Amino acid sequence: MKKEKTPFGENPPPSDPDDKVASRRGFLFKTIAIVPAASALTATGLTSAIGQTPAAVKVAPGPDYQPRFFNADEWTFIKAAVDRLIPADNEGPGALELNVHAFIDGQMESGFGHASNWYMQGPFKGDASPLFGYQASMPPRELYRAGIAALNDYCRKNFSGKIFAQLPPNDQEQLFKDMDGGKIQFETVSAQWFFTFLLQNTKEGYLSDPIHGGNKDMAAWKMIGFPGARADFLDFVGPSDKAYPYGPVSIGGKQS
Amino acid sequence: MADIKKPKVDVVLVGMGWTGAIMGMELTDAGLNVVGLERGENRDTNPDFAYPKIADELTYAVRYKLMQNLSRETVTVRHSINDDALPYRQLGSFLLGDGVGGAGVHWNGMTWRAYDAELQIRSHYEQRYGKRFIPADMTIQDWPMTYAELEPFYDRFEYIAGVSGKAGNINGKIIEGGNPFEAPRTRDYPVPALKDNAPANLFAKAAREVGYHPFPIPAANASQAYQNPYGMQLGPCNFCGYCERFGCYMYAKASPQTCILPALLKKPNFELRDKSYVTKVNLDSDGKHATGVTYMDAQGRSVEQPADIVILCAYQMHNVRLLLLSGIGKPYDPKTGEGNVGKNYAYQKNSSVSVYFDKDVAINPFIGAGSGGQVFDDFNGDNFDHGPLNFVGGAYVSAMVTGGRPIGQSMTPDGTPKWGSQWKKALKDNYLHSFNIGTEGSVMANRENYLDLDPTYKDVYGVPLLRMTYDWKDNEVRMSQFVTEKAALVAKAMNPKAFTPHPPKFGDHYDVRPYQTTHTTGGAICGDKPSNSVINKYLQCWDVHNVFVMGASAFPQNWAYNPTGMVGALAYWSAAAIRERYLKNPGPLVQA
Repeated sequence: MKKEKTPFGENPPPSDPDDKVASRRGFLFKTIAIVPAASALTATGLTSAIGQTPAAVKVAPGPDYQPRFFNADEWTFIKAAVDRLIPADNEGPGALELNVHAFIDGQMESGFGHASNWYMQGPFKGDASPLFGYQASMPPRELYRAGIAALNDYCRKNFSGKIFAQLPPNDQEQLFKDMDGGKIQFETVSAQWFFTFLLQNTKEGYLSDPIHGGNKDMAAWKMIGFPGARADFLDFVGPSDKAYPYGPVSIGGKQS
Repeated sequence: MADIKKPKVDVVLVGMGWTGAIMGMELTDAGLNVVGLERGENRDTNPDFAYPKIADELTYAVRYKLMQNLSRETVTVRHSINDDALPYRQLGSFLLGDGVGGAGVHWNGMTWRAYDAELQIRSHYEQRYGKRFIPADMTIQDWPMTYAELEPFYDRFEYIAGVSGKAGNINGKIIEGGNPFEAPRTRDYPVPALKDNAPANLFAKAAREVGYHPFPIPAANASQAYQNPYGMQLGPCNFCGYCERFGCYMYAKASPQTCILPALLKKPNFELRDKSYVTKVNLDSDGKHATGVTYMDAQGRSVEQPADIVILCAYQMHNVRLLLLSGIGKPYDPKTGEGNVGKNYAYQKNSSVSVYFDKDVAINPFIGAGSGGQVFDDFNGDNFDHGPLNFVGGAYVSAMVTGGRPIGQSMTPDGTPKWGSQWKKALKDNYLHSFNIGTEGSVMANRENYLDLDPTYKDVYGVPLLRMTYDWKDNEVRMSQFVTEKAALVAKAMNPKAFTPHPPKFGDHYDVRPYQTTHTTGGAICGDKPSNSVINKYLQCWDVHNVFVMGASAFPQNWAYNPTGMVGALAYWSAAAIRERYLKNPGPLVQA
């Protein structure tokens, strides 16, 4: 998690209720200001912009992102893995074109990757029942590193020297199923926990705000119809007969 | 010896969430000098919860930015007394608060009053169903106070928090559209109920068709601008969909920040000290009187803060841990049933029915208030005949769609693959057209579920962690299966494309991974005598009369309702007893 400065060490100045009202108006004004006029005009109930958005999704190829945490072999794996977990198809964009691999690389360098908010004191019982959560001593970045190496080793042994990224989709799919189901075990690391984090982080990168590096152009939000950071719906609270008319906005101010 | 000794104050508060803020306000009003110690950081609506940065699911709802940093302190968990406990290493099942405002910053806002039958649970069940109805291992007991005693204090908290709702019973008169089962209130809620979003509309109509009595959830999300008795101004909730797990950027969700702290922090006889981690309540040599507390400051120095009155206002688990670390009261022993500190830890038993509609039904799940929605109580408390059923307790059933945050709140039908093209298609096809009906159920105290200190794991200062021994009991599985079936009838009446009930199964063990509820209770329970409780009806320790313990640690067992309405009312009730009686004559407020 990004460490951000928060004011502390002294009491905040007492707030004046009138100031609060003024700043709230400021928020509302801002929110209204970013609603695109064009989509307001085309808002006609259920055949709205959102209903038609997926077909219009066009995602430009991402820039040549250089990984900060993963080495070249690991990077090859991460790209192949997210492409398998959320492939591009007629329904909508794939994880690779939304830069989910870059999102995961960024997460490895974040507080999450370092397990900075997890209790990480021993003794560790990494083979405990999963009901108690992840109990091993490796923070996620070490788990990824060990997990990728172990999976590629497993692939070399069982698929004539090939690594995961060189396997056909069906074999990759079966390997993930076996890791998820506990049918494959690695000596150095839990295959099941590695896969659990890989899948969770892939979905996070696909569906989180683009500020975190994935979900490029909010394409996953456009596909499902989530308006992102709009966060102001009082005028739309009511029965289930009207689709919400506007496309998403992001924290960084992008709109569609 | 502590590194630093501070001058004595009248009152020291341990924790600056809801109860710390309430106690600070009420006791400074009485002229006392009060210091509030908070282990986390100070924070306020602006800048900490400001738009647009707060509208970030990953940072707040998935990575838990506003919550307890477990690397410093956590609890350990085991299923039975024969197991070794393991640390709760990542947040999951419950989300502990941290910092000024505590979990009162990132709660939903559901604000309930207790049923009288719940407050008198053992005597009520014994009278209605016979003494043999309650199983021997179910260590439930009556609360030592009545609803009538608490009514003015529920009212007080609701008017401080700006609760939106619809009364069902004002002075005995049943009001159409409110909860017909509720205990009489003396006046309506301070602001009208929130508007119904799409799921609430569908649910309420279907529930009425089935014959139940839906009403708007009492919500500490203001439905319109409101100024509370402390002069704090709340704005109208705009259904932003970033409520629970987030701070409110609209000043609409009640929190210590929006309702109390700006008024409290202006007072010259109040001092807030953040990043102050209390490790012990200090007692005098005979152990009958507290002399203050010791805490670690931000630089790692130990600081002694002497005080005439010590009030534990931390979260339920932290209150219990502090009592155990301080040697106040006798620790509970599950083998003998003796001792009370740590006894009757309880949780809640929840279930859901997933409902999927065709594409012409626009659920728009992202339009949600933290506690907006509709609920019915026909199977809560003892509002229905338990005679032919073999369980104690019940659940409320609700359509409370608080947001459509896609990582954590999107739904795919059972049987959908967890990844791949089919997962993506299911996500896309169902996102705008599905929601969950939820049931939130009581958990009765059981002699095997309790809290004590862990023998192995320590916090960042080397102090033992709290250990939770907890597992589901058949009583709760039976209750939840029964109520889930009723919820499924409502789902069916909505005429959806598909619906799937998710009742619990016998033999399921407690799983710390998926979020269930943060309504953990007990461990410092209240009662009518020292032999059955840690604190008396005014939340005063039986053993050390100048120590008071706020919060849900006082609950003798857990009901279906969210605890904050009761926690707030109890704080005002206890504050009144301190102001009106204890200050004049310091000593036990109830004779043992």
